[in-house]
Amino acid sequence: MAIAAPSKVMTNVEAVRATLYDALKRDDRVLILGEDVGNRGNVFLITKGFIEEFGAERVIDTPIAEASIVGVAVGMAMEGLRPIAEIQFADFIYPAFNQIVGEAAKIRYRSNGEYTCPMVIRTPYGGGVRGALSHSISVEALFYHVPGLKIVAPSTPRDIKGLLNTAIEDPDPVMFLEHKRTYRLIKDEVPDEYFTIPLGKANVLKEGSALTVVSYGLNAHQALEAAQRLEGEGLSVEVIDLRSIRPMDRKAILDSLRKTHKLLVIHEDNKFGGIGAEISAMVAEEALFELDAPIRRLCGPDVPAMGYALPLEEEFMISTDRMAEVMREMVKY
Amino acid sequence: MTTTSTPATTGTLERYGLSDDQLRVILHTMLMQRQLDNRGFQLNRQGKIPFALGSEGHEAIQAGAAMAFIRGKDILAPYYRDLGLAVGIGFTPLEVLLSLFARAADHNGGRQFPNHYSSRRIGMMSFSSILAAQIPHAVGAAYALQYRKESGRAVLVTFGDGTTSEGEWHESMNFAAVHRLPIVFLCENNQWAISTPLSKQMGQPNICKRAEGYGMPGEQFDGFDPIVTYDVVNRAMQRARSGSGPSLVEGMCYRFLAHSTDDDDRTYRTREEVEVQRANDPVPRFERVLIENKIMTAEEIDALRKDVLREANEATDEAEAMPYPQASDLYTNVHEGAWEPWQ
Amino acid sequence: MTRRTDFDRHGLSDEQLRSILRNMLMQRGLENRGFQLNRQGKIPFASASEGHEAVQAGAAMAFERGKDILVPYYRDLGLALGIGLTPYEVLLSLFARAADHSGGRQFLHHYASRRLGVQTISSVIAAQLPHAVGAAYALKLRGESGRAVLTTFGDGATSEGEWHESINFAAVHQLPIVFLCENNEWAISTPQRMQMAIKDIYRKAEGYGIPGAGVDGFDPIACYAAARDALNRARDGGGPTLLEAKCYRFLAHSTDDDDSAYRSREEVAERRKDDPVPKFERVLVGAGVMTPSAVEEMRTSILAEINDATDRAETMPYPRSDDLYAQVYGASYNPWQ
Repeated sequence: MAIAAPSKVMTNVEAVRATLYDALKRDDRVLILGEDVGNRGNVFLITKGFIEEFGAERVIDTPIAEASIVGVAVGMAMEGLRPIAEIQFADFIYPAFNQIVGEAAKIRYRSNGEYTCPMVIRTPYGGGVRGALSHSISVEALFYHVPGLKIVAPSTPRDIKGLLNTAIEDPDPVMFLEHKRTYRLIKDEVPDEYFTIPLGKANVLKEGSALTVVSYGLNAHQALEAAQRLEGEGLSVEVIDLRSIRPMDRKAILDSLRKTHKLLVIHEDNKFGGIGAEISAMVAEEALFELDAPIRRLCGPDVPAMGYALPLEEEFMISTDRMAEVMREMVKY
Repeated sequence: MTTTSTPATTGTLERYGLSDDQLRVILHTMLMQRQLDNRGFQLNRQGKIPFALGSEGHEAIQAGAAMAFIRGKDILAPYYRDLGLAVGIGFTPLEVLLSLFARAADHNGGRQFPNHYSSRRIGMMSFSSILAAQIPHAVGAAYALQYRKESGRAVLVTFGDGTTSEGEWHESMNFAAVHRLPIVFLCENNQWAISTPLSKQMGQPNICKRAEGYGMPGEQFDGFDPIVTYDVVNRAMQRARSGSGPSLVEGMCYRFLAHSTDDDDRTYRTREEVEVQRANDPVPRFERVLIENKIMTAEEIDALRKDVLREANEATDEAEAMPYPQASDLYTNVHEGAWEPWQ
Repeated sequence: MTRRTDFDRHGLSDEQLRSILRNMLMQRGLENRGFQLNRQGKIPFASASEGHEAVQAGAAMAFERGKDILVPYYRDLGLALGIGLTPYEVLLSLFARAADHSGGRQFLHHYASRRLGVQTISSVIAAQLPHAVGAAYALKLRGESGRAVLTTFGDGATSEGEWHESINFAAVHQLPIVFLCENNEWAISTPQRMQMAIKDIYRKAEGYGIPGAGVDGFDPIACYAAARDALNRARDGGGPTLLEAKCYRFLAHSTDDDDSAYRSREEVAERRKDDPVPKFERVLVGAGVMTPSAVEEMRTSILAEINDATDRAETMPYPRSDDLYAQVYGASYNPWQ
């Protein structure tokens, strides 16, 4: 771009806030419901001040009842509103499982298009914040199996704005997963103007020739940092940020693989049955003979959750050093 | 409090403002419901449809409630035993048969089980077989009405006694009460959840008593009496439409048949119990009310019954001749626009 | 010192009354310690139950250790202490040390102990209630009369579907369980009027066909009496009860919360006047059960105990990294499959 559009530097959490604010301003069908989103302004202060500006009717402090937070939003969506339901922490989403998987994902399908469910379910997920067993979980794999849902897991402030705008406009239910460790850690320029980023389009964070790394969320930033370190060692690694898990940008993965011939998938969610399993299977089906090395997955371990004590959390989370180490091994394979 | 049955044989009929015409429409709905229910069972026995589910015993409650529903304004969020309500608010016998036969022209394209009706045209929301799952949707719809300040409109949501045990029922009642939403929770208490009697479903037998715990009014009524049903539901809907908040109303009825064609109720309840309830069958009872109050003659009722049968027969023939959905219809309406189901 | 005659002690001995006060003071002292350690950067998080001391100390006195089962929630420090959790165990939880009951896995105040009969809980609201009902069913099925389950939750939890399903199930089966709601009027930032359209939670009981009762949650003796009666009824096969103790959350939800964003300082100050801890001190002194200097001594000994527990716990080791992989299943397990 020749002329830089006006922009602001903001953190991920500020980008969520700014985008929600603009949506409430722009479209009076949009409303937000969840626990502590009103007077408290969300536990991360994402919606602080919204209730004063937009009123308690559009910024709804709900009872503590997740099934109804999602279920009521489904009914609103079926009758012409554009609700954004917030689950305070992804770990609290399980009571709403029926309403997400059994209802929201199937409204359009079961009515053969007569009713639809244009809604967003936002939730902070992920560890690295001393959140212990019930404030650290990654939930994407639990939901990405479900046709009818779309799942977005952005990593940067700019992507948050573009993808959340798309999610709000989307005619179908979208789960918007925000890694809470990135909330205040990641900062970047975000254009002031309204823009969207299509779902299902990955972002190549760094081009490279010897290894394709696919990741998303917090891990995408770490993967980029590790790849940059390796650049100094003369090792060229390509890093792809998926941004959207469902739909998934299969083409971006395959195109990159045809160039590098090696694939590493990195995600914090546990390995067994995770997103990496789907990507690996897809590559095995579509591009097996492009591979010069076995696919590797660097993921969270197969345990129910990370613990509160620091060593337990550190052991669960994937360090940037570890990423660099595995990348190095793979490039040299 | 329990509103008791209309005295059918003594004095003047308390008709709560219902005209002769409306009373005849109610009977028509009741007869049609029973006829179409029977048709489902017949088609199942003939091997023409894999499954049927009856609502015998719910005719009065559904025809009465349907009369309190304002089509074009109100929204209905029903459950799967609401054939009479659907018919009462304008779902046609052909639409019912298309659902039974799972034809392409069915509202949901033959995707849903029988009796899982929905129709934008008449304001009937789509629902699944999962108990209570539709109730938060109904609350969300009521919130949308209130938010858009569409006063004069309300949501009617229905469910059986078993559903009141679900967490989503509780969460929905509570949410509606906190926001004083324009919604009526109508429980069709038929005393059986498949094989589970009310005594195993809850610790006290009056569902309407739960209303107080949410801060809304509750009323129990004779669900074998369509006129009383109309009155109770109508008052509750008026309250909702005028901004006075939600109500819980409970119609006492009975499920005369097994849960579905896949169920044999002899395994869990006595024939005597069913006979005792059957003696109070709301359909002949309401016929007697109309005759005794000289609103219809026995001959007129016979003629009405024949009309209903003919309508059901025509709808059956027409629906049966319609095509199934195509195999490739499996892949549509997953999301808006094209979708690659084999990725 | 004269004894007050209008003092209804509901059968509690002087020693029991002193033990209740000790528990209340210990609860408050340990919570302050949590906040101090957080401010010192020694622990990442602290939360408190100030305002819940009376209900918890009172209910704990009605609990029969070795017989009853407690299924608490995350604001139940006083209950845990009252039934036998030690200050040292609390500090191990705060510091997330290996010797903690959960091996440093759980958030602080998520106590569990087989020894005391306290079931493990998560942070997810109302998720423990069906477990409590299941435990009560087990007691009933095995004919273990004389035993009961005490389960607790806040006002916000009553909105959850699992709360409803649990009470209904317990009512249908007339299980030996007491549902004790510690109604502190705030669910993080959500006031009770946004949580429900009624004032008295205990009145929900009737809809389930079980008895309900409200009690002043700032009065430990009243709370003891109400919990004792309900637990006795449960132990005798009389079925479940819904108890509501009306109290108040004096502090923010946790160290990550700022309650000035959603409630006025005046409201908090007004409620603070009724603080159950000094109030109960006055009751005991007024009734001649304790002298002011005896209360002072108690406070001093509690502080010493807390200091000792803090020092001991802090020097204990963290769990090892590979402890992350233990206890996934009963048998050994490869987490890197």
